[in-house]
Amino acid sequence: MHSIRQQPFKTAVLVLVWGWLLFLVLAPNLLVVGASVLTRNPSTFISLPLNLDAYRQLFDPLYLEVFLHSLYMAAMTTLVCLLIGYPFAWALSKVGKQRQVLLVFLLIVPFWTNSLVRTYALKLILATNGLLNSALMSLGVTDEPLRLLYTEGAVIIGLVYLLLPFMILPLYSVFDDLRQELLLASHDLGAGRFATFIHVIVPLTLPGILAGVMLVLLPAMGLFFVPDILGGSRNLLVGNVIKNQFLDARNWPFGAAASIILTLTMALLMFAHRLSKRRLGDEDGP
Amino acid sequence: MTRWLPRTYLALVYVLLYVPIVVLVVFSFNESRTGYAWGGLSLRWYEALFNNTAMVRAMWNSLWLALSAATVSTMIGALTALALHRYRFRGKRILNGMLFVVMMSPEIVLAISLLALFLLVGLQLGYVSLLLAHVTFCLPFVVITVMARLSGFDESLPEAARDLGASDFTMTRTVLIPVIIPALLAGWLLGFTLSLDDVVVSTFVSGPSYEILPLRIYSMVRVGLKPEVNALGSLLLVFSLVMLMLSQWILIRSKR
Repeated sequence: MHSIRQQPFKTAVLVLVWGWLLFLVLAPNLLVVGASVLTRNPSTFISLPLNLDAYRQLFDPLYLEVFLHSLYMAAMTTLVCLLIGYPFAWALSKVGKQRQVLLVFLLIVPFWTNSLVRTYALKLILATNGLLNSALMSLGVTDEPLRLLYTEGAVIIGLVYLLLPFMILPLYSVFDDLRQELLLASHDLGAGRFATFIHVIVPLTLPGILAGVMLVLLPAMGLFFVPDILGGSRNLLVGNVIKNQFLDARNWPFGAAASIILTLTMALLMFAHRLSKRRLGDEDGP
Repeated sequence: MTRWLPRTYLALVYVLLYVPIVVLVVFSFNESRTGYAWGGLSLRWYEALFNNTAMVRAMWNSLWLALSAATVSTMIGALTALALHRYRFRGKRILNGMLFVVMMSPEIVLAISLLALFLLVGLQLGYVSLLLAHVTFCLPFVVITVMARLSGFDESLPEAARDLGASDFTMTRTVLIPVIIPALLAGWLLGFTLSLDDVVVSTFVSGPSYEILPLRIYSMVRVGLKPEVNALGSLLLVFSLVMLMLSQWILIRSKR
């Protein structure tokens, strides 16, 4: 029970916190939902009447192609991150505890340093007369510089480079929790390495896989500066479309609709993540 | 074989992660103008950077913005964490969920929603809009840092303070705040770094009147390679790195 004189502080804190979140998180998001079903208006950004034109425009072949291509690049990024990150997290969880702390720290360092600057650094390496081409040419792998920059590959390399830690960290945490007895049990029951991997390790690390996919796939669609710096005009992301619609074309309903698609994707992935966690929880305790 | 293979693999990935950073820093000391070939050691790009008044102004703007965003988000974040930790109230799970969603949702979604809000209420885009936006995306990080500290905290201390007649406010000030100070410092440093490094949200909510560093860098690197950017980027990386190490050091030390 709180006495009367304890209440003002609690009330003040709750009003401040709720006020901030309602005004700067909930209200703006509802605004975006509202904007997506209104009509485009170049001077006031949005106006009545309500309609679903923006969503219809998403299925316009021109934009659909950009969307699908962007989704493809984000999916490739996620796949490459998973392929690099899964064995990485596994190996990391096998290192001695003391060293793990340092290695995890070294992994999050890049996350806390400027992603734009790091993307630009990749440009130094991938440029026509950049480091990678000079190295390849002096090794005699190729006679003339390869076109690495302004390709789809460059965008995917950039995205993987920026987002890899987001894949590794949740995977590392599931591998770290993985009980070795389960692997031994599987072995004792006659399962080979491959069978153990498919029937024990993969299902047990599924929540980590889904969390990693969520943390990589969504930002991968939104990081508009990566294609701007590495990709050229043919390799846009959903993020570029949203940015252009809001800042240049002033077509808010369309930009809002595109961002709602992103949010829905996030909700879907979160749902899958929770579901996989709950199912595992039911099977072998919390 | 079973031991060195995973280790070699780990080492290889770390090398790939750090190569671009090293390349950038090394090239920032490059005398050559073209930016690709090595022309000898030089500080000329750092000199050029500090002689560029627009750049220096953007630097100060960024530092001031990061300073204030970190401070405000630490204050609100700490109160949020305390409220979540101490009080039962209606909608607690929703509050928690909202913070989680802010942290998980793509930055661009937050960015456009804030832009829509600011334009709707007629707020001029500039320092204030940047501050509000930066505080919002830093908030969950502060809350998590402080919550982690509070969760390992002996509950008998606030109980004792209350039994001795302290009000909630007095108890918070004299018992809880001293305990969470390391987390506050760490959260502040994280907020500072996040604000200083942000590109996506700032692109949307900044106006022409208030130029900040990441956006200046963005407009420079879009057109091509600029040797000054190597120097500027190196400074920014080193600065963020020091901040991060400081915050981790504080957190690790306070656990002992």
